[in-house]
Amino acid sequence: MSNENLTVAMPKGRIFDEAVELLRKAGYSLPPEFEESRKLIIEVPEAGMRFILAKPMDVPTYVEHGVADVGVAGKDVMIEEKRDIYEVLDLKISACYMAVASLPSYNPNSEVAPKIASKYPNLTSEYFREQGEQVEIIKLNGSIELAPIIGLADRIVDIVSTGQTLKENGLVELETMMPITSRFIVNPVSYRTKSAEIDEMVDRLADVIAAKEGRE
Amino acid sequence: MSKLFMFEKPLGMRDTLPELYQLKRQVKDAISSEVSLWGYEPIETPTLEFYETVGAASATLDQQLFKLLDQQGNTLVLRPDMTAPIARIAASTLNQADRPLRLTYDAPVFRAQQREGGKPAEFEQVGVELIGDQSSSADAEVISLMMASLERAGTASYRIAVGHIGFVNALLREVLGNDERAGRFRRYLYEKNYVGFRQEVEKLPLSSIDKRRLFQLLRLKGGPEILSQADELVESAEAKEALQQLNNLISILESYDLSDKLIIDLNLVMHMSYYTGTVFEAYSEGLGYPVGSGGRYDQLLDQFDHHEPATGFGLRLDRLTEALGKEKEPVTKDTCLIFSHDRRKEAMQKAKQLRQDGQAVVMQELTGVKDVDAYSAQFQDVIYYIGTNGNGGASK
Repeated sequence: MSNENLTVAMPKGRIFDEAVELLRKAGYSLPPEFEESRKLIIEVPEAGMRFILAKPMDVPTYVEHGVADVGVAGKDVMIEEKRDIYEVLDLKISACYMAVASLPSYNPNSEVAPKIASKYPNLTSEYFREQGEQVEIIKLNGSIELAPIIGLADRIVDIVSTGQTLKENGLVELETMMPITSRFIVNPVSYRTKSAEIDEMVDRLADVIAAKEGRE
Repeated sequence: MSKLFMFEKPLGMRDTLPELYQLKRQVKDAISSEVSLWGYEPIETPTLEFYETVGAASATLDQQLFKLLDQQGNTLVLRPDMTAPIARIAASTLNQADRPLRLTYDAPVFRAQQREGGKPAEFEQVGVELIGDQSSSADAEVISLMMASLERAGTASYRIAVGHIGFVNALLREVLGNDERAGRFRRYLYEKNYVGFRQEVEKLPLSSIDKRRLFQLLRLKGGPEILSQADELVESAEAKEALQQLNNLISILESYDLSDKLIIDLNLVMHMSYYTGTVFEAYSEGLGYPVGSGGRYDQLLDQFDHHEPATGFGLRLDRLTEALGKEKEPVTKDTCLIFSHDRRKEAMQKAKQLRQDGQAVVMQELTGVKDVDAYSAQFQDVIYYIGTNGNGGASK
C-alpha cells in the first residue's frame, strides 16, 4: 500500500544460486556481492526490493505471516509445511524428486513395525496413508541415509537429485514419490495489495522460464 | 507431559492486559456504534452449540472445531463462528420476523489448537448478517458497512478484494463439462495452488481456446475493468448473471464513493462450498492476514430446513487491534488523587467533580502504596491531599 517495497524471502543453500541467476535474467540487477554476503537482510533500493535470507524450510513461514511478500521455496517444503500461501509459478529450478530408499537387503515382511526416517514427517505420513500403509515416522534433521545403515529405521524418505548420495551409502531407491522443483510463492494479502509489483515479477520470471524451456 | 507451570495457558489462548484491552475496546465500540447506526440489531448466542447442527453448518474445517461431550453424550462445539448460530435462529425462533433481517454480533469464536504463534485459538469477531434480501444492493450494503466500520475504527489504509464464487463455478463448469472436474479445479484455487491448476489444465484433452480460458481465469484480478475481460471468457447465463451482479455492486459502491478501495479478484475462493455468490476479504496496511471477510451464503439456512438468501461480514478484532496498535499512541492514565486518611472527604469531593467531567480518577490512600514516586509516574496528573491542613491539594 504506502510502502511499495517488496520483501523477498530467499532460501539459503542449494536453491539460492539458481534463484539469484533467475532473478538476474529476469532483469533484477542484484549487487555482485549478493552471493558472498553473510548478511541476513540485503536491501536493493534501485529495484525497490529487500531480500531476506532464510533456511529453506522457513521461507513459507515468513511468507505466510506476511513479513515477506514473496519467496522462493521448494515444493518439498511446501508439501511438508502446508502454509496458507499462493503457489504462483513453477520456477523449474533445483529439480529433484522425493523417493523412498532402503538397504538392498530390505524385506518388508520382516519388519516388526514399519519405521521410516525422514526430514519430512508430514509429507511422509500423508504419502504412505495415500498408499494405504500405516507407518511410524522418525524425524531426523539431516544425514538421513544413516538411519537404515545403523538400524534406526528400515526405510527413509528424502530428496534425491542425482542418486549419488544414496549410492555412496549403499542404499537403493524403492519408489519415486513425486517430482520437486522450486516455486515462487506469494502472501495472500500482498498478492492483492501489491499486485502490480508482484504480477510484474511473475511475468518477468515466467518469460525467463519459457525462454529456457524453448532452448532445451 | 511435564508438570504445568502456573503461568501457562492452553495452546493458542491469550490474555488481554489493560493497555491492549483499552485499544481493543475502542476498536470494538467504534465498529459496534457504526453498525447500530446502520440499523443492525445486536444479538447474543451461546458459546456451546451442537456439533451436528451448528458445527456441521459452519465454514470452519472439522479438525479446527473444539469438541466436547455433554452429559447426554451429545457432541458439542465451542462456536467456531457466529454466522451458523445466527442462521439457526433466523431459521427457527426468528423465522416469523419481518424480512430483511439485520442482525449484528460481537463475540469470541474458537478454532481448535493452532500449531504456532500468531494464530489464536480464541478471538473476537464483530460482524453483521443481512438475511432475506438477495439483491446486489444487500451485498453492497454489507461491503460498504464493513468499509465504514473499518474507517470508524481508524484503519487508515485498507483494501477490499471482491470476487464471485458463482462466476468461478460457472466458468469451470462451462469449460470442464462436469461438476466433479470443476470441483478439482476449484480446490486448486481454494488451496491457492496456481502451479497445480496449470499442470492439471495441461493434462486435460481440452481445446487450446478452453485452456486459454482457464489460464485467463488466474489473471482476473485488478480494477473494475477486468469484468469486461471476464465477460469475454464466458457464455452461460449463470456466469453472465454473476458478472452482472458484480457490475451492480461496483456501481452501487461507486455511488457511495467507495470504489477506490476495491480490488476485483475473481479467483477469490475462500471456502470449498460455503459461499454461493459475492465473496470479499478486507486487508489492512502492514498486516499479512485479512482483517475480515464475508460474502453471500444462500444455502446455509437450508441446513436448518429453511431456504433463504443471506449475506454478511465478520471482522477479526484481534487482527484489527494488531494492525491499529502499530499506529496508535500508548494510552496514559488520567489522574491520581493521593490522600491521607484525614483528608479523605476533600479528596472524594474533588474526585467526584473530576469524574463528572469525564476524567478517570484513581483514589489512592497514601499508606496503601509503597513507592509513591514510582506509582504516581504513570499518571498524567497527580493531586495530593496529604497532611492535616485543609488548604486544598498540591498538584505535581
